[in-house]
Amino acid sequence: MARAATTTDAFNAVAEPRRRAILDVLAGGERPVNDLVRVLGLAQPQVSKHLRVLREVGAVDVRGEGRQRLYRLNGHALKPIHDWVKAYERSWSERFDRLDAVLEELKQKEEGDGGDE
Amino acid sequence: MAVTSSGTATVTLPTDEQILITREFDAPRNLVFRAWTTPELVRRWWHANRGDVTVVEIDLRVGGRWRYAMVTEDGFEVAFHGEYREIVPDERIVATEVYEGLPEGVPEEEAVTTATFAERDGRTTVTLLVQHTSKAHRDGHIDSGMEAGLQDALDLLEQVAISLG
Repeated sequence: MARAATTTDAFNAVAEPRRRAILDVLAGGERPVNDLVRVLGLAQPQVSKHLRVLREVGAVDVRGEGRQRLYRLNGHALKPIHDWVKAYERSWSERFDRLDAVLEELKQKEEGDGGDE
Repeated sequence: MAVTSSGTATVTLPTDEQILITREFDAPRNLVFRAWTTPELVRRWWHANRGDVTVVEIDLRVGGRWRYAMVTEDGFEVAFHGEYREIVPDERIVATEVYEGLPEGVPEEEAVTTATFAERDGRTTVTLLVQHTSKAHRDGHIDSGMEAGLQDALDLLEQVAISLG
């Protein structure tokens, strides 16, 4: 199998950072595409593409109102996954913050040694 | 000593069997590599503020074994071991990884992790790719966690997160 489709399940759909950003915005309420474009600072085709993926896995619903299409989060099924990826990321961020401190010390030691290796 | 964070870790799932973690560090890669492979240094960061590291064994040569263990704040022990498959000093480490705490009856899985260290302008980007043997293995922890509720999911998550160290 060549490159498997990576966006057909909910897990992969929310693993893309920009799609998570869209979900975060929609968590605050229903929005038209233009709002998402403005809030996220992405090009409209990009936002539309991500919305399509999110709709395919049922993460967002869309309805027409007048000439606008409004997107909203269909979050119940997705929330645990969304939380998981976020918490996973947080866990690694904390680990790497500790590593930052270790590296800072190593750098200072090297400077102190005058790079005499 | 004030230490500023260089940024948050980014987690993505490139394929059904993979997890990819990326983070940039404000240090040259020889130092990042050293902090990544020296037991007494690993002890200081691997716990992710979630408990105490109890074991860090690193036999850094192809075929050499590694084992990390820690006890979380609520007394839960998590441990992982594996074998080094490829080592390019300051550049790349490929290793296998087995989580030791799977429930009884669940066959062990040997994942393969590839850590890559890329330096640019004195800063180093670490990418950590975890290749599971199946989507089920990658998602397994999560599925069971979702049934048990968010707190358990976070506990399981911790185990998975630790497995990538």
